[in-house]
Amino acid sequence: MALNRKIGYIDLSTGKIETKPIPLDIRRKFLGGRGLDAYLLYNHTEKGIDPLGPKNVLMLSAGILGATLASASARTHIMAKSPLTDLLGSANMGGFFAPELRWAGFDHLVIKGKAKNPVYLWIHNGEIEIRDASNLWGKTVTETQWTIREELGDEDVKCAVIGPAGENLVRYANVMTGIKDSAGRSGMGAVMGSKNLKAVAARGTMDIKIAHPMDALDYNKRFIDQIVSAKVNQTQGTLGTPFIWGATNCWGGIRTRNFQYNQCEYADDIEPERIDEICTETMGPYHMAGCFGCQVHCRAQYKIPSGPYAGKYDEGPEYTSQGAFGGEPDCKNAVTVLTGNHLVDQWGVDNLEIGSLISWAMELYEEGILTSKDTDGLDLRFGNDEALLEMIRRIVFREGWLGDTLAEGGIRASEKIGKNSFEYLVQVKGMSNLHSDERATPALALGIATGSRGSDHLRSRPAIDLYHLPEEVLRRIYGNPVPYDGPLSSEHTSYVGKSWMVFWQELCYMGVDCLGICKYHTTFLGATLPNFEDWTKVLYYNTGLEMSPTDIWEIAERSYNIERLYNLREGLTRDDPKKGDTLNHRYFDEPCRRGAPDVIGAKIDRKKFNKMIDEYYEHHGWDENGVPTPETLKRLGINKEPSHLL
Amino acid sequence: MEVVGKVLMINYEKCTGCRLCELVCSVMHEGVSNPSRSRIQVVKWESEGLYVPISCQQCQDAPCVNVCPVKAISRDETLDFVKVDYDVCIGCRACVSACPFGAMSFDVIAKKVIKCDLCDGDPQCVRFCEIGALEYVDADRVSVFKKRDAAQRLSAAEKEAAALQAQL
Repeated sequence: MALNRKIGYIDLSTGKIETKPIPLDIRRKFLGGRGLDAYLLYNHTEKGIDPLGPKNVLMLSAGILGATLASASARTHIMAKSPLTDLLGSANMGGFFAPELRWAGFDHLVIKGKAKNPVYLWIHNGEIEIRDASNLWGKTVTETQWTIREELGDEDVKCAVIGPAGENLVRYANVMTGIKDSAGRSGMGAVMGSKNLKAVAARGTMDIKIAHPMDALDYNKRFIDQIVSAKVNQTQGTLGTPFIWGATNCWGGIRTRNFQYNQCEYADDIEPERIDEICTETMGPYHMAGCFGCQVHCRAQYKIPSGPYAGKYDEGPEYTSQGAFGGEPDCKNAVTVLTGNHLVDQWGVDNLEIGSLISWAMELYEEGILTSKDTDGLDLRFGNDEALLEMIRRIVFREGWLGDTLAEGGIRASEKIGKNSFEYLVQVKGMSNLHSDERATPALALGIATGSRGSDHLRSRPAIDLYHLPEEVLRRIYGNPVPYDGPLSSEHTSYVGKSWMVFWQELCYMGVDCLGICKYHTTFLGATLPNFEDWTKVLYYNTGLEMSPTDIWEIAERSYNIERLYNLREGLTRDDPKKGDTLNHRYFDEPCRRGAPDVIGAKIDRKKFNKMIDEYYEHHGWDENGVPTPETLKRLGINKEPSHLL
Repeated sequence: MEVVGKVLMINYEKCTGCRLCELVCSVMHEGVSNPSRSRIQVVKWESEGLYVPISCQQCQDAPCVNVCPVKAISRDETLDFVKVDYDVCIGCRACVSACPFGAMSFDVIAKKVIKCDLCDGDPQCVRFCEIGALEYVDADRVSVFKKRDAAQRLSAAEKEAAALQAQL
């Protein structure tokens, strides 16, 4: 059945491999995916270890609903201590790897130690083998995968791999699968690289028994209808995530020139419709592709239309690439965005992080904090497309002083660059912010400030806050599955009730990540999409597990608290500008210069922001320093962690 | 009136490569998620973004029917598809070798040959394919759709040529 998948423990230093089942009571406490990864990380790592040393432990997992009829049950979750933030590292990717891992018999891999020479793991129908990867070292993301398939003689092998960025220990390197599916945040690729682990290859033909097959089919049909009937998903299915760019830029929510402006003007060439035009011209009218089992199909296919990489096939670009290689560096050129996207996909590095850091360096260059001596003569001005693409290459291959420095991530780089460079760095807990501008949206600002993996829009973003839904509708969403009768506001510039929305979304996304499904299939961009109550049915029909919506809510709370305990253990404190739940001073000091009338002039009010943090801690059952109270830990049954049960 | 019969029509250009058809097929027939036991499979060229679902063509002069040494494969008269009689089948896999499309598979767990049976007239792969890469249509419609597509291309080309001529 869907619950008999195992955990594989692999010690790369000794070559020891062990397999264990996942007991049902652990399933009931953490489900799987990110929740169980968090438990394993907290239990298997010591305090203060070097994230790039052999003592770090890398978790790779599928959700409890992976490969089942749960709609887009495709997500792979990866966790380890982050070499970028020195706190929790956590990243998630779509594609086809997690289902294949499950068909091969495993839900979780716990990878320890460090191999002497480059290796890859071969997971096949219940077996795990460590294989030589010296011929793969240096290869790009796709070359690696195609070579492994050739070597194993099976076109259906699915791989999670690193590219040159991971090998070169760029602290925000990705783990990737397929053409562009990226576990792209917090540097999980560098952790793989540090272990000399080039890839994990999986292939399986083992049954995953569906508990109630006919009911599961019927419910999945209903579930899919609900998901694809949402206008937001229909738009995703035609324009992909770039549609968000258009919608956000119009009101002034896109940061440009690092953090100087909140709207990218005269950017027609990188509007979603223009990118769609290129996809149609190069790949035909049907150019949208999907992850496993997904009917939203938000992934565009394209070929680069011109320039040095003309004719190269890739997928995306996502909203993040539009910002990272378009708006933030003020390049505004479709070919640059598509080329930049291709480079990061091939080399395996986080587009969001690399784009944000280059834009930061561009601002430092224009401010005279970095000089042409630092850039080895590269004219790192905003709007210099060639310098942007060249800088991506230098970072990935750690070339030149600046390339090597930026490969270390924002905080370490700011320490090397010195002067007041840190003040310009738009980050939380050492991780760069998305290119969105949250100064006019306190709920979104609170979300990035408190995210457990550092600044992030996929940890708790209440995106529907931007829709001005009537309070009555908000109450129906945010008042379930646990009752909430506190304040809520439909106004996106308000601070009222936003802490609850962020708290609720945090648990909703944790739920999604434990189940192993996609966030576009829940209350993220669409208010009508399924959440807790619907999940109980999907869970029951597919796995036979009977749970209530509040059970799943509590599992999410429990898992989130483990992540919090981990971060506190590794040094998180509330107001630390480098490791705390706070924002760059520019959010509080510099008002928005562009956008809609209620956005121009907006900035975050420090006092109200602090009050939001207080409220948010209170919802979680944490004290004023953000530490879970003994009562909270006891209520969630994690007062004796680490408990070393697995 | 004679029954025309319906066919599973595959328009691979529309396929998004999600493989939900494989999943629902294996759940429908075996109660499990396991694409290796699915009657339909998506063949992919990932580096080109090309995905082609392959399933039984329900051939009129079917090589699998012709090659079967025990006459276990025959044409179902009501739904007009090629079906395997498992009471007669000896599992020799001659049909697997003979099928020019690779649409006859061997299920290594159930130890039997498997092929599309149109789910008793409600193919689940069609039911779940939102994009419409898979459709279940009257047999005569297949060529009509193709004609329409070709006609559209021809007329577009003609218009383009006329526009170019006007510019000369």
